[in-house]
Amino acid sequence: MKRVIIVLAVVALLLSILPACGGGREVVNVYNWGEYIDEEVLEQFEKDTGIKVNYKTFETNEQLYSVLKQGGVSYDVIIPSDYMVSRLINEGMLEKINMDNIHNLTYIDESLIGMEYDPTGEYSVPYMTGTVGIIYNSRLITDEITSWGALFDEKYAGQILMFDNPRDAMGIALKYLGYSLNTTDKDQLMEAYDLLVEQKTFLQAYVMDQIFDKLESGEAAIGPYYAGDYIIMVKNNPDLKLVMPEEGTNRFVDAMCIPKGAKNKENAEAFINYMCGVEASLKNAIFVGYTSPNIEVEKLIELESYEREVVYPSDEILDNCEFFVNLPQDILDLYDELWIKLKK
Amino acid sequence: MKKSNFFGRFLVALTLIFLYLPIIVLIVFSFNDSKSRTVWSGFTFDWYIKLFSDRAVLNSLYVTLAVSVLAAVLATIIGTFAAIGFFNMRRKWRAPLLTISNIPVINADIITGVSLSLLFVSAGALFKFDLGFGTLLIAHITFNIPYVILSVMPKLYQLDKNLFEAAQDLGCTWMQAFIKVIIPEIRPGIINGLIIAFTMSVDDFVISYFTAGSKVQTLSMFIYAMTRKRISPEINAISTLLFVIVLVLLIINNIREARQEKALLKKSAVLEGDV
Amino acid sequence: MNGHKTTSNGNGHFLRGIYHRMPAYPYVIWMALFVVIPIILVVVYAFTASDGKFTLNNFAHISDYAIVFGRSLLLALIATIICLILGYPVAYVLSKFGQSTQRIIIMLIMLPMWINFLLRTYSWMSLLENTGLINRFLAAIGLFNLINNIFGTDIRHLQMINTQGAVILGMVYNYLPFMILPIYSVIVKIDKSVIEAAQDLGANSSKVFTKVIFPLSLSGVISGITMVFVPSVSTFIISKLLGGGTQILLGDLIEMQFLGSAYNPHLGAAISLIMMIIVVICMSVMNKFGEGEEQTVIL
Repeated sequence: MKRVIIVLAVVALLLSILPACGGGREVVNVYNWGEYIDEEVLEQFEKDTGIKVNYKTFETNEQLYSVLKQGGVSYDVIIPSDYMVSRLINEGMLEKINMDNIHNLTYIDESLIGMEYDPTGEYSVPYMTGTVGIIYNSRLITDEITSWGALFDEKYAGQILMFDNPRDAMGIALKYLGYSLNTTDKDQLMEAYDLLVEQKTFLQAYVMDQIFDKLESGEAAIGPYYAGDYIIMVKNNPDLKLVMPEEGTNRFVDAMCIPKGAKNKENAEAFINYMCGVEASLKNAIFVGYTSPNIEVEKLIELESYEREVVYPSDEILDNCEFFVNLPQDILDLYDELWIKLKK
Repeated sequence: MKKSNFFGRFLVALTLIFLYLPIIVLIVFSFNDSKSRTVWSGFTFDWYIKLFSDRAVLNSLYVTLAVSVLAAVLATIIGTFAAIGFFNMRRKWRAPLLTISNIPVINADIITGVSLSLLFVSAGALFKFDLGFGTLLIAHITFNIPYVILSVMPKLYQLDKNLFEAAQDLGCTWMQAFIKVIIPEIRPGIINGLIIAFTMSVDDFVISYFTAGSKVQTLSMFIYAMTRKRISPEINAISTLLFVIVLVLLIINNIREARQEKALLKKSAVLEGDV
Repeated sequence: MNGHKTTSNGNGHFLRGIYHRMPAYPYVIWMALFVVIPIILVVVYAFTASDGKFTLNNFAHISDYAIVFGRSLLLALIATIICLILGYPVAYVLSKFGQSTQRIIIMLIMLPMWINFLLRTYSWMSLLENTGLINRFLAAIGLFNLINNIFGTDIRHLQMINTQGAVILGMVYNYLPFMILPIYSVIVKIDKSVIEAAQDLGANSSKVFTKVIFPLSLSGVISGITMVFVPSVSTFIISKLLGGGTQILLGDLIEMQFLGSAYNPHLGAAISLIMMIIVVICMSVMNKFGEGEEQTVIL
């Protein structure tokens, strides 16, 4: 009998502790890409504002979309990429941000606000921008790589990694074929799909952030990834090289948004504002390696010359880049279908 | 005979090596002085130190322990009563109910997870709540209860039914008789069920993944998120610690059981002597 | 604390009558809410489109994924067979060891289950990779050099990771204890006198095994098979970690449509439903072989 009472007492105790750690305090639920923030910034934010951050990560825009669409979650800040921002706006899944609360917006590069994905600039605040390139191990691959073609070259069978998300993977195939990233021509899409199917036969793996370990350790020799990540990788393996393919590539903006029905909208705005601040932007830019939209960062950040080329690419490279835009519903459905077909 | 004995030992040894090889690798590399998972570059305790300052890891550990303890205890209570109730039912009722009860055991985890998430999401939309610790806990209790029932049931079959009656004849109420007579008799089954439930909860990833929502994450979910990026040896460190704790607990338990068995043997020897 | 008085009259066997089924009622309600309704929801989703209208479209699409069904079933089947071939002898041999040895080894077999299975699987990555520990070891002992010298090849590593073999290995590794433990627990319970009787009647040791021990251990084998097959056929972690995402299984397919990169819970539900049916069919086929029902399921 005593034991039963003890057990029940323990349960009661635990139950009473739990709400205490959940409720009461101000919180903000943040859903971000993996490896995409300097955690010190989170701690600093909590110290400065007293708002507790529940921080979770996702791997791809499409996964983020699934999670939001399924519902039952309550994120306050999400950080999708341009085309996904646009899709979320179209589907009425975003809340307008009260820009009066984002004082630090003054630091943000004006050319990145009001872009095609969020024409009125009411729904999103840029978090990072960057480009996609090919990263390869020059010790394992001695040829000079200049084209996306290297990723579809059977010569490197078993050593190639590929993006594990439909938009980036299809985008690369489309670019290699000389088409637009945003094509709605189903024949072109099928051609790109066929290329990916062929590639799959000699691909090592589909990856997202696992690419860090695999390229750094020499497990794989070549793969496409976000250029900024190269800066982090090359510190661990100096043999790695980054190429901006001659066919042109994708340039992206990842932007902070507030999903519809966010429970802590003001805290979310405080978070977004904080991330736009000079100190936080600088720390994140150093940790992540991407281009901060904060104009002060460019002046303050210390970069080696090769790093500066990656983070602040020349106009020549940028002119050869294309942004993703959201696609019509029938093409989105086709993407889903092709992606599952490819993966099976 | 000797030959087969040797072969047998060899086979068992091989199996154990197979089972422990990755664990040894895991433990060894928790002391590695670099982030590499395959190249040894010196000994360090850094990852253990880092671990205790990593809020996200500790938080997920806390969630795991909280949900596992709560789910195991609640499932044991509900499950024990349910087992007694089932035991007293006619077969006509008991058999189908037990079949339904066993669905989460038999079904693939992913289906249990997906189906519960469909329920929570629809109910959440209806009653305005989000997935979180509550739904996680409900999910864990749901898949734990059948294990409790399965380990309590056999003990009920072994029960001497006259004991209960005797207790009541001596003036006990149903509840008193239940607590003083039944519980002690089926205690090994209850404890066994509790332990299995706790283990299942700690080890679960798939069902938690689908039912935890945005606010909480268990250690498994945290580890999963980590395997999707660059893994940190911190995670090796935490699993080494857990492994050591469990090892110690198991050894203690083992010694205790061995002692009890010895005592039991002695007792029965004495009793036989009496006869 | 004041329970109702029980009339312990006449046939008053412990706990008869309506009151004593009552302890199960909370759980019956619980089951209705959290076991039955969720499964009904899966069925509803499987037969509806995103606009909520009835459709059979989801099932029409399923034939596109026949290859994934085939692969999942095949890999799970191979893993189950390997587990049985490895697990049965281990369980059998184990039952012949001394009491305390048995106890220690059983403990050792169960202990790995306490390490998070994601980590155990992840650890295999370190072992199997091209630059992993096994390949490093093989290179260090000069195996690749030797082969290259003899055959004039240029092998630098053995391809293990990201293959179907690696996925099967992951399944066998994770679920082998689920095969050993139920078989073991059935074999140890076999009455020694039955075996002795058979020996007395002149059966040699292989006869004893095939005619007595194996038939009696069948219920353990059955629960072992289901406990290995079901999680193997539905896993999505093992294929993700060890298969490189190029060999997706049913679990991956389902996960992709709920929380992954191609949101379509209706199709996901349809696939789940079919998987559930496959599991049920496997279970009932299995149960035809052995009568072990209620009690053999765990350990």
